[in-house]
Amino acid sequence: MSTSPAPKLPVSLAANPRLSSWVEFAVDGQVTVSPGKVEIGQGIVTALAQIAADELDVDLSRVQMVRTSTAASPNEGVTSGSLSIQQSGRALRQACAEIRQIFLDAASDRLGVDSGALDIKDGTISGPGNVSTSYWELASEVSLDREATPAVQPKPASQRALAGQSVQRLDIPDKVFARPRFIHDLVLPGLLHGRVLRPGIAGAQLRELSDDGARVASGVVAVVRDGNFVGAVSETENGAEAAIQALRKSATWSSFITLPDENDLAAFLKSQPVDSTVIDTRRSARTGAAVRTIRRQYLRPYVAHASMAPSCAFAQWDGDRVRVWTHSQGVYMLRADLALVLKLPVENITVEHVEGAGCYGHNAADDVALDAVLLAKAVPGRPVRVQWSRADEMTHAPFGAAMAIEVEADLDADNEIVGWRHAIWSNGHTARPGRATQPALLAATEIADSFPRMISTNPPSANGGGGDRNSVPPYDFPSWTITSHRLLTMPIRTSALRTLGAQGNVFAIESFLDEIALERGEDPLAFRLRHLGDARARDVIRKAASRANWKPPRNDGVGHGIGFARYKNTGAYCAVVAEVEGAENIRVRRLSIAVDVGEAINPDGIVNQIEGGAIQATSWVLKERVRFDRAGITSNSWTGYPILRFSEVPLVDVDVIQRPEIEPVGAGEAAHGPVTAAIANAVFDCLGVRVRSLPITRDSLIAAMEA
Amino acid sequence: MSAVRFRLNGVEMVVDTDPDRSLLDVLRAELGLTGPHFGCGAGECGACHVLLGNRAVASCDTPLWSVADKHVTTVEGLGNAERPHPLQRAFIAEQAMQCGYCVSGILISAAALLKQNPSPTDMEVRAALDRNLCRCGSHNRMVRAVLRAAREMAAP
Repeated sequence: MSTSPAPKLPVSLAANPRLSSWVEFAVDGQVTVSPGKVEIGQGIVTALAQIAADELDVDLSRVQMVRTSTAASPNEGVTSGSLSIQQSGRALRQACAEIRQIFLDAASDRLGVDSGALDIKDGTISGPGNVSTSYWELASEVSLDREATPAVQPKPASQRALAGQSVQRLDIPDKVFARPRFIHDLVLPGLLHGRVLRPGIAGAQLRELSDDGARVASGVVAVVRDGNFVGAVSETENGAEAAIQALRKSATWSSFITLPDENDLAAFLKSQPVDSTVIDTRRSARTGAAVRTIRRQYLRPYVAHASMAPSCAFAQWDGDRVRVWTHSQGVYMLRADLALVLKLPVENITVEHVEGAGCYGHNAADDVALDAVLLAKAVPGRPVRVQWSRADEMTHAPFGAAMAIEVEADLDADNEIVGWRHAIWSNGHTARPGRATQPALLAATEIADSFPRMISTNPPSANGGGGDRNSVPPYDFPSWTITSHRLLTMPIRTSALRTLGAQGNVFAIESFLDEIALERGEDPLAFRLRHLGDARARDVIRKAASRANWKPPRNDGVGHGIGFARYKNTGAYCAVVAEVEGAENIRVRRLSIAVDVGEAINPDGIVNQIEGGAIQATSWVLKERVRFDRAGITSNSWTGYPILRFSEVPLVDVDVIQRPEIEPVGAGEAAHGPVTAAIANAVFDCLGVRVRSLPITRDSLIAAMEA
Repeated sequence: MSAVRFRLNGVEMVVDTDPDRSLLDVLRAELGLTGPHFGCGAGECGACHVLLGNRAVASCDTPLWSVADKHVTTVEGLGNAERPHPLQRAFIAEQAMQCGYCVSGILISAAALLKQNPSPTDMEVRAALDRNLCRCGSHNRMVRAVLRAAREMAAP
């Protein structure tokens, strides 16, 4: 026997060790799997079903995935950070491996055959002499109501039949045939409709309000006012809308908040009180003598989640208990915040997940749930559905934080980098619910018994950091200092947007590297490879470059650029070559991408995530910037906040490097940073103009030319 | 209140309600069709597209009265799991979505295109879908799916 350190349970399983909370065989011929992570369009439910089916040796069609609910599901925190495969996937694989062994042992007892001689095929357990039983025959005598142990090893990669296969996603048929699946399409008996009144100015205080007009709107059963929180409930959606319109006309607001100058964000970010942290330092003996220093500043604006669907939730009170239906990314976290606002024990609140549209981070999903809870309180016993307006979704949901990033490089006499400094000024990148002693929900700041707005913070660097995510360069520079300045004021509400600070930091690092490579007259690809020791990093860069025939000969009006990052410096490796065409506007023609996520559970699912991330990042880079004046957010529609359209979308070519022996990591956020940098570098290659402020638009090109 | 008569997914309908209500509201709230989705309420995103005759229109800013005596087709009317439309089959085959909230509107825009142009080019598909927004970045898969459906429909 080999002696290795005692194996440990995966984190999610250690936190939720009861095997029966993950898997049940209660229905004949079916396996019920209850993950604590939720579907947000990323295909996680399918990938988790693949893992369970593989480990249990059942057909995928037997696996029934249960929607997450605080009533029963394991608590896996929030579905974010590209961690679901790492956390839920590993936990489920380990739990299923043990469950399989428990059943093999039970079958061995029943059949009188050594468990080592038994085999499982599609749930049927058989052995020599044609003896057989099944999970379902044994289910009544096998209790999974026991704690997981790390005793059983999951199968080696070579014995997995489904992992590594591009199986079709389980949720797609419903969506194609319009079978109700989204929370927006949920129908409950006795349903009422609620709407909330929110003004277009920031920090508004309600001075006057008359509910006369609202009360006579069609079907109105309640008008709610609690401090600055105002809403109406009606038998019909139209009635609730009409009531809000009447309330809006009668309302007078005032505000003492002034928003920053949207055209001078860097000056604003760098003039605020901050909490400064040194993220990382490195000092190497081989540091040569610096003869000069180059300094650049890069800027990322506020970016909106801009989900296709306005946020929606349902709530229903029964005495002092409330049931909530939500598309929140974290049902337990939302429940904790609701308990703080309602001053109720968490046991009185049940929060269950129903799919929403893609959210790309912390949008208004949690906020609208509190809205529904507050409005439903006025109509006990009846469920209330609340849906935000497009304008509210674009103005009152949290945004991804703006970032000013200053990078300095000390160069020696040979123009080699001998010192590197990277400093970030930004609001924190997360203010998610359920993590503090105060709630993070919008209406909690509006009700009479209000809570202060939660100032966004950053997750610890060990968890990938926030504003500092991907700020430590992956390159072997001899010395560096990385500093994060987190703003302590927050005139514009920010929270988690896909990649947190990684998009801004990778844009800065990879742009600056190209600027230095150009100074040296060195090919940017060669320059990167020369500073990268990690073989997996080198592989993705070489693969992306070869797919793009790096570097294609220069043509008039066409340029190529490269970008690379390993997400969070611990996750997926991704390299991108962008081909852009520059005339009056920039058009991205092609993105050639190579990615390495370790074991690829569902390769097509990974390609889908990378393609989607790449196209979304192209949209951020070419179009997106939250607009505001001194009084409030002005980009409150798709006209005011345009995103990339079909005719503007680049070809995206994705190569997944399979490494079945390496623990899988998520793919959803790997492409954004590298794509951003690759486009910026390609724009320079094409036009000779270095744009350091996103987005790269006609205006920012002109500004960069004039600078 | 007044009665508006129209054909919905091939079936004659008479709806007795305020004729100024949006078609989307009537489809969802009165007729229980949840395929067309509310996205913006201003005809800017395409999530609520339905076929009016052979044209894709935003049902959120189409008043009910304006569809009197016309043919309205929602995604439910394109096909179902037992008798799928080639576009629905192709969207499954290409796994052409992430969250899928925009998909019912995109299927409708694509169906309108294929009625007018049975063998579109990649560029023509993109032009036809340009009024539909997708936030997940599934555009290229959807274009591939539409081209696949067109090929399938053209096959003898």
